[in-house]
Amino acid sequence: MDFTEDQLQRYSRHIILPEVGGKGQKKILNAKVFIVGAGGLGCPVGYYLAAAGVGIIGMIDNDTVELSNLQRQIAHNTKKLGVHKVDSAKETFEALNPDVKIIGIKERISKDNIIDLIKDYDIIVDGSDNFPTRYLVNDACVMLKKPLVSGAILRFEGQVTTILPKEGHCYRCLFEEMPPPGLVPSCQEAGVIGAITGVVGSLQATEVLKLILGKGDILKNTLLIYDALKANFRRVKVPKNPECPVCSENPTITELLDYDAGYCRI
Amino acid sequence: MEDVRINKKINIKGLVCPYTFVKSKLAVEDMEIGEVLEILLDYEEAARSVPKSMEELGQKVLKVEKINDTDWVLLIRKDRS
Repeated sequence: MDFTEDQLQRYSRHIILPEVGGKGQKKILNAKVFIVGAGGLGCPVGYYLAAAGVGIIGMIDNDTVELSNLQRQIAHNTKKLGVHKVDSAKETFEALNPDVKIIGIKERISKDNIIDLIKDYDIIVDGSDNFPTRYLVNDACVMLKKPLVSGAILRFEGQVTTILPKEGHCYRCLFEEMPPPGLVPSCQEAGVIGAITGVVGSLQATEVLKLILGKGDILKNTLLIYDALKANFRRVKVPKNPECPVCSENPTITELLDYDAGYCRI
Repeated sequence: MEDVRINKKINIKGLVCPYTFVKSKLAVEDMEIGEVLEILLDYEEAARSVPKSMEELGQKVLKVEKINDTDWVLLIRKDRS
């Protein structure tokens, strides 16, 4: 495949980079990335991956755009109130770059649909806002051996980590079990500074592009923590747990669970 | 120097930076190590910046020559993939 004149111009700043070049840009154009959530993190992740020319971007979210989302969810706008988030994001991203195909899924992700949804994608991005989904996505990615770029935000703090099943740690090596319901406040309860979603989502998008290109150091066995109030980044080592219930040699979790038990989802 | 064998030629007259380098870089990517690319261009700044960028990528600049009032010819040998 040769680049069109428009593509040469659109991706010129990538092609010039020694780590990308024409070959790397073609890898990006042929990549398939699945994003869980079209909210605070899914918006900037999808935005930058669409701008970069990722060929197919799948997005799942069952919510519609609300006014309270617009303080941080930058793919949506005031005219999209009441519209499904994945439809709103698809329109934004395809307007930005006609090279990309956005596949929006208006469903809740669950143990019954996740395997079929993600099995044809190269890389998975978690931009969800709740623990049941976070553990579901982790376990499914470990079982399918899919690279997972996980991000989380709350108040003025954000976290990013990249899970390469079998090679490095997984989310359960870090936090083996979900916290009990109510212990960790949600964004709805605790608030979130809008711009931090851009920091964390951009870090996630950059990890995805590095994985596609096969360049640089990935956040494997590492949790990157951003404290916006202190303007500080911290890297925390996360060793692979040899007794991890899902990613060890002898896992105790071998099929997807009922992650919602005990949790209410709003 | 006289008997350099040219494996590929591109004419990028009319292009300005950064597209002069984008086109040259893509041409080199598709070549084998040791092969030589001839670039014909008419943007003066690129006659300086393209050879510099090629050297930064590890390629060998064999020639930079102004051939008439408007045009330059560059010869680049691919030394690194």
